[in-house]
Amino acid sequence: MWKITYRVHRQKGNEPPHYETFQVEVDPEEYVLDGVEKIWASEDRSLTFRHACHHSTCGACGMRVNGVEKLTCITKIKDVVQDGGTLTVEPLRNFPVVSDLVVDLGPLYRKMAAVQAPAVHALSMTPWEGQNIAPPADIPMRSADEEYIRLPDCIECGICISACPVAATDPEYFGPAPLAAIQIQGLDKPELLALADSQEGVWRCHSAFECSAVCPSNVDPGRRIMDLRRQVSAKRLKLA
Amino acid sequence: MEPQKNDPKNLWDWFNPKGRNVGGWAFILNRIAALGLVFYLYLHLFVLGKLAQGPQVFDQFIATAKSPLYILGELLVIAAALYHGLNGVRVLLTSFNIGVPQQKQMFYTALLLSVLGTLVFAVRMFTVH
Ligand code: HEM
Ligand code: SF4
Ligand code: FES
Repeated sequence: MWKITYRVHRQKGNEPPHYETFQVEVDPEEYVLDGVEKIWASEDRSLTFRHACHHSTCGACGMRVNGVEKLTCITKIKDVVQDGGTLTVEPLRNFPVVSDLVVDLGPLYRKMAAVQAPAVHALSMTPWEGQNIAPPADIPMRSADEEYIRLPDCIECGICISACPVAATDPEYFGPAPLAAIQIQGLDKPELLALADSQEGVWRCHSAFECSAVCPSNVDPGRRIMDLRRQVSAKRLKLA
Repeated sequence: MEPQKNDPKNLWDWFNPKGRNVGGWAFILNRIAALGLVFYLYLHLFVLGKLAQGPQVFDQFIATAKSPLYILGELLVIAAALYHGLNGVRVLLTSFNIGVPQQKQMFYTALLLSVLGTLVFAVRMFTVH
């Protein structure tokens, strides 16, 4: 077992934020979220944080670990701190802080709704992944024009928006995940073209690619924004 | 609290390199270089303004501009212009989804070429005159 210090961002109501430290005994193979749960279980029941699935599916446990956005349920303690060291956990940036480590992801969910992010989509809608996904050969299609359906990669964790330097000063910017959701659908719907080709759409991005660096779910939103720029330009120049 | 547009306390997030990755460094450097170039543009216009004050004033300025401190300043401008221009090409290419998976290598190339270009200028400016 390791003895490490958790330095935790605390903030209730409208009070200014402060940091509190907790000594925690952890197995280095455990995850950052496990340590937060230990603090809650044995030190301070008023500590608030979000999680559900514990396996990178629900997107609830995004936090900043030593200043870098992580899904804490899949971030191993040994990868971010050494025995005896200090680990800082803070809420995501660029969202309203509700309490301690909990942010309100509502702005992201509303943008995902505005871009009509699909709950499932045809495999062919994401050719980049499609190349690496072998459809199960032993499950026959019922007809020739039937398509394989898959869940989108994006788990709507908001990590990309927290890491985006543009979102830091522009909460209205649609941001990586919503723009990636438009890219996946293409620009046949005029309302999606209007959103993508707007001041708060693809042209707001400054190509820092921080979203792609932190995305835990292989969405590569930075590349998708760039492809959406290409699509918008082609549409406007009537090349496509 | 709701995040606000152009919140001054978040401006530092544009420049803070802590926790940033390669693309983030490229953006930070590009923005610093761009701001430096704009500042230089005004400085340049101010200096050109001295022309209107007659040849004597201007020649006097040119004499001081040959000091090593001025040359170092000019080298900064050259470095900023080279990096901003070369990285600008990187940003333009990636904006058409060309070379996005290679954006890191493109950044390193832009940086290397800027350093080499600045060195060439440095050697010439400190030896020729
Ligand atoms: C070789 C010529 C140049 C090229 C190819 C170029 C290219 C670019 C590109 C692509 C951007 C957008 C970067 C982004 O999205 O963050 C940009 C931003 C900018 N450029 Fe240039 N540029 C050049 C010269 C200049 C010069 C000479 C100045 C100043 C006198 C300048 C000032 C700026 C400013 C202020 C910005 C905004 C920076 C920011 O938003 O971070 N550029 N440039
Ligand atoms: S694009 Fe990636 S980082 Fe952004 S919300 Fe979706 S899964 Fe999270
Ligand atoms: S707890 Fe569900 S993604 Fe981490």
